[in-house]
Formats: sequence, C-alpha cells, structure tokens
Amino acid sequence: MEQNRFLTLLKQALLTFTVSLVLFGPISGLVLDGFSFRNELTRAVLLAAIVTAGRIALSLVGMTAFGRSIAGKAAGNGSGVTVMTGREKSPVLILALIFVAGLALPFFADKYFLGIAILALIYCLLGLGLNIVVGLAGLLDLGFVAFYAVGAYLLALGAQYLGLGFWSALVIAPFLAGLCGMVLAFPVLKMHGDYLAIVTLGFGEIIRLVLNNWLEFTGGPNGAPVPTPTFFGLEFTRTAKQGGVPLHDYFGIAYSADYKFWFIYTVLFLVVCLVVYAVERLRVMPLGRMWEALREDEIACRSLGVNHVFTKLTAFMLGASTGGLAGVFFAVHQGFVNPTSFTFFESALILAIVVLGGLGSTVGVIAAALVLTILPELLRDFAEYRVLIFGVLMVVMMIWKPRGLVRIQRPAFFPSTAVKDSDTAPLAASPEAAR
Amino acid sequence: MTAPLLDVRDVTMRFGGIVANRNVSFCVERGGVTALIGPNGAGKTTMFNCITGFYRASEGQILLNGREGPQDIGALMTKPITGGSHLVTRAGIARTFQNIRLFKEMSVVENLLVAQHLVTANNLVSGIFRTPAFRRAEREAIDRAYHWLGEMNLVEDANRLAGELPYGRQRRLEIARAMCTGPKLICLDEPAAGLNPSETRELSEVIQRLCSEHGQTVLVIEHDMGLVMRISNHVVVLDHGEVISDGTPEHVANDPAVIAAYLGVSEEEVEA
Repeated sequence: MEQNRFLTLLKQALLTFTVSLVLFGPISGLVLDGFSFRNELTRAVLLAAIVTAGRIALSLVGMTAFGRSIAGKAAGNGSGVTVMTGREKSPVLILALIFVAGLALPFFADKYFLGIAILALIYCLLGLGLNIVVGLAGLLDLGFVAFYAVGAYLLALGAQYLGLGFWSALVIAPFLAGLCGMVLAFPVLKMHGDYLAIVTLGFGEIIRLVLNNWLEFTGGPNGAPVPTPTFFGLEFTRTAKQGGVPLHDYFGIAYSADYKFWFIYTVLFLVVCLVVYAVERLRVMPLGRMWEALREDEIACRSLGVNHVFTKLTAFMLGASTGGLAGVFFAVHQGFVNPTSFTFFESALILAIVVLGGLGSTVGVIAAALVLTILPELLRDFAEYRVLIFGVLMVVMMIWKPRGLVRIQRPAFFPSTAVKDSDTAPLAASPEAAR
Repeated sequence: MTAPLLDVRDVTMRFGGIVANRNVSFCVERGGVTALIGPNGAGKTTMFNCITGFYRASEGQILLNGREGPQDIGALMTKPITGGSHLVTRAGIARTFQNIRLFKEMSVVENLLVAQHLVTANNLVSGIFRTPAFRRAEREAIDRAYHWLGEMNLVEDANRLAGELPYGRQRRLEIARAMCTGPKLICLDEPAAGLNPSETRELSEVIQRLCSEHGQTVLVIEHDMGLVMRISNHVVVLDHGEVISDGTPEHVANDPAVIAAYLGVSEEEVEA
C-alpha cells in the first residue's frame, strides 16, 4: 500500500516535470540574443522543478484527511439546486439591517468610497437586468451594454434637445430601452438561442458605432454633457443653472460637492432595492416561472400552451428596461457620456457577473457585482493583471462551481388546508386496483 | 353530442420525398381510450405530432369538436404572428412525450403551476404588489396542482425537484402536468416505455381512472400490447404510414392484416 502510493506520487512528479520542461524549455530556456539564441536551460529546469514541487505538495495534502474533506466539499455540490422546506427562518431581520446599513452608508463613507459604491450598485442593477434575460429565461445576450447606452444617452441627449431632467429620464428610460429590446428581439426570438446571441452582439456594436459616428446628433467621440440631478427643483451645483434654487442656499448650509453623490447614492440604492424586490417576486410569479420553464425545455412549454415568443419577449424587454435604468444613473453620476463607456468588454463584464453569481440567483448576482467592481479598486496596484486575474477566476469557477457562487433555492408550495384533507385518496382505493 | 371529439380526415404528412403518413383517417370518441399502435417506424409519433400541433399536416384536416364547434388544428398553427403549437394546447389538446420532458430543475409543484398559466394572474403589476386577485388565483392553482398530485399519488414528492424523481414517478408527473392544462383530449406518447410491470399496472389504473372518474378522453401510443388491450375501447393500427385496421381491441387482435404486420407472413401467403 505504502509502496504503491509512493510509486504513483513518483509517476505524477515525473509526468509533471516532463510536461513543464517541454513547456518552459522554449519559452524561458532559449533567449533571443541578436540573431542567435542564448542557452539558459537551467532556468527552465528550475521552473519545472518548482512546478513539480507544487504538484507533489498538492498530492500530499490531498492524501491527508483534511485535504480530502476540502476536496469533497468543493466537488460535492451536486446540481446546485435545492427546494426549500418551507420552514426556513424569514430573512426579514437581516434584510432590514442591510437596508438600514445601505441607507446610512453616505454618512460614514468618504467621497472616493461612495463613488465606488455607486458604481457597484449600477453594476448590481445591470447584473439583475441581465440575470432576467440570461439567468431566468436562458437567452444569451452579448450586447446588453446597448440598453445601458440607450439609458445613458437618453438623459444626455434628452437634456440637450428636449430639456429632460433626471427624473423624467428615469421614468422614460425603462420604456425606451424596453422598446429597443422589443424591436431588436422580435424578429429573432422565433429562432434558436445562438442566433439571438449574435444579433445582440451586433446590436451592441451598432449602437456604439452610431453614437461614435453621428457627430451632429450625439457629439461623437467627444461625448455629451449630462446635467446634474435636481430634487424637487433644488439643485446640487454651487449656483443654480436649471432655473431652481441651489440646495445649500435653500437650507442655509455650506456648499459641498458631496451632496450630489449622497443624493445619487440614495436614489440608486432605493431603485436597486425595488428591482431586487421585483425580481424576487418574479420568481414566484407565473411570468417568472414561465421564463424558467422556457429555459428548461422549450418544447415542453409549447406543449403546455405557453406562447414562447411572447414570453421570451417579456423577459428580454424587462431585462433591457433594467439596463436602461442603470444607464441613467451612470450618466448622472459621470456628468458626461461618450461611446468608450459602452464597449463589448462592458457586456462581457456584466455577463461575467451573472455567470459568476450563479445563473438565476439574485443574491449571487448582487454578490458578484459587488466583488467584481470593488475588487479591481482594491487591486489598483495590479491594474495590468486585472483581466488576467479575471480570466483565471472564470476558469476556476467553471471547473469547481459551474453553477455559480450561490446555490439556487426553489420556493416550496403548500396547499390551503381544505384540499389537503379531502382529495388525497390513495391510489389503492380505486376500484380497478383489484385487477 | 354524437360527433367524435377528434376527427382526423385524410391526413398525409410528407417530409420532402418521404411520406410518413398517407391518407390517415380515424376518430377519437368522447370519454374513451383510443390507442394508436403499430410497428416501429409506422408513423405513429408523426401522426401524434400532427394532432398536438408540432407538425403541420401536408394534406387533410384534423378537427377538434369543442364547445365552439369544429376547429381545424392546422389552421391554428399557421395563424399569422400569434399562431403556433401553443394554440393547439389552448384549444384543448395536451400531450406527454416519449422521452420525458419535465422542467427538471424546478420543483414538482412548479411544473404543475407552469401548466396552469392560462388561469393564473399573469399580470406583472398584480404579481409584484400581490393583489387579492393574484393571491386567490395562485392559491387555486396550487390547490389544483395538489389535487392532481393526489390523483397521481405524488403528494409526498410535491416539493422535490422534478429531475430527482424516479422514472416511473416522472412519467406520472408528466401526465399530471398535462392534465393541469384542463384538456379535452390528452395524448400520451408511449406512457409505459421503460416502466416495470408493477408501474405499468399502476399506470393503467391511472389512465382508466382518468376516463371513469373525470370523463377524460385519452389518445395513447403504446407498444405494450397487454396495456393496450386492457385499457382501450378503440384501437387504430398504423403500418407504413397507413391505417391497416380500426376497431375494438378484439377485432384488431384477430385481424389478419395486423398479425401480418406485427409477426410477418411467409412468401406463399403474400402471393396468395
């Protein structure tokens, strides 16, 4: 037994050493020097030795009971979906606590941190919107950023041409973005999912290119300014620019640029709470159930009389609306929009949030959005490696937790008591049982 | 009302040059079990897909005689924009699948709730604000789901994932789900495939109870002859896409054409 284990370890080590030597040999063992090579094979051997040592250490840890329990925990998550028992404690207390803490944040955080928090909440909103489309309805959308841009540019251009303010844009943006979603998706929703991914990818690029090139209307790469928000006619600038009264004059307090961010943060936080509530409700509503059923099996859905095109369309439109909402906040927070904020990388980031959080899980999406926006800020020193770390994280996640960080829990349903007593006659009581 | 519930008239189904069904005509009587049998590749499932609205028949008519008079299944499918197979279910034909198609990662009750989407309050606003009408509709839907779970003997599995259930229970859950749409006609595609003898017996009891207690009309495709002979009132035999026999189980069982199709005949008999 002991001998056997030693032999496998030796085999593993030898294999690892050979493979890493083959890999490292050409990469770091041969150094280009003018028109010839310099031989630095010792470096390659050293690197391979380090990798092999790491491999042996991993195997040794895996042999101990502790290591095995860790591996078991990582692998033994099954499908990752469970049904609630109906006896869970109500999370109201925790939610209330988070709500109060969220509202109180501006009083404790400095301006820099508040800026990050606003960004994180915007990504929460985007993640929640895309989660409806990808997580619940199972439609792959690679151009979600287009709806984000629609919302942002609605405020910027609406203020410029129509005199729209922050609040009216906040109301109109979901409808406009939803309309764009409908126009885009209606022709392709009858087709298979892959086509939709390509069409949305194209749509995202089209929106960006139009914004970039339509100089007279959108300002092109120079972008467009966004007016500061107002609150019942009170303005957040030092002197009133939109015909209202500056906030600090009205209350007779000293001017501070922070008030604007406090205001944006508070409104954004309340909107995110509302969206979270709506999405959580959707999961126990017929519409949300139909989305999830469509994701599971479209043919079965059709056999049950579900209009699959219409149902997908609602998912797509609601997702787009949420994206539009996020765009308005982004624009008002930045005070300026230009097309470079709406590249494909942004779409990919939002998709990563949804996948990382666990498709369909609201808590997971919020957690992933917070992590993926706050982490890069904390890792400013490693700015160049951000995308690399990001990629490694995704690969690791797909191997160990393909269903995302948070396990999805399905709601439990119980009959009203009247039916429970009368209608559950056992099958054996039927007259045909005797045959 | 003496008109049959479902009237299939001269239906031909072509896939390019291949004729899967040729001039198939039969009726499904109200409140009985009609079985569609035939050797493999006889065109049974194709016929089924035509009836349940997954294929549009190339020629002929499939009429469902509902309360509002006869309705052509094919016309429902080709309706512009809103048309499609979901309208066939809404007209009153529900089906199950040969290879079970449940929503595996949803709970058993949720599977049944999805099927009731026509009677629940689907309005976005009413659902988010939990209006009384929404709650009443949800409660009724859940009670109806539990009623059918009770009928299918599945109540203890109500809050499990559908994909976790044993195979036989998944079969029964699929029937329960189809029943939740409130169909006039339920079409079962090989319901006994993969079941053991005791599960098959249980299934035949379930089907008979659907007819006797709920007055449900059933159309079934099945290879298990014991089950077919036991439960059906009317048997239609297909071979090479054509109806070769149509009548009571006894009539069909003694029909030489059917015996020939299933067992094959020797050369002399064919020439003679």
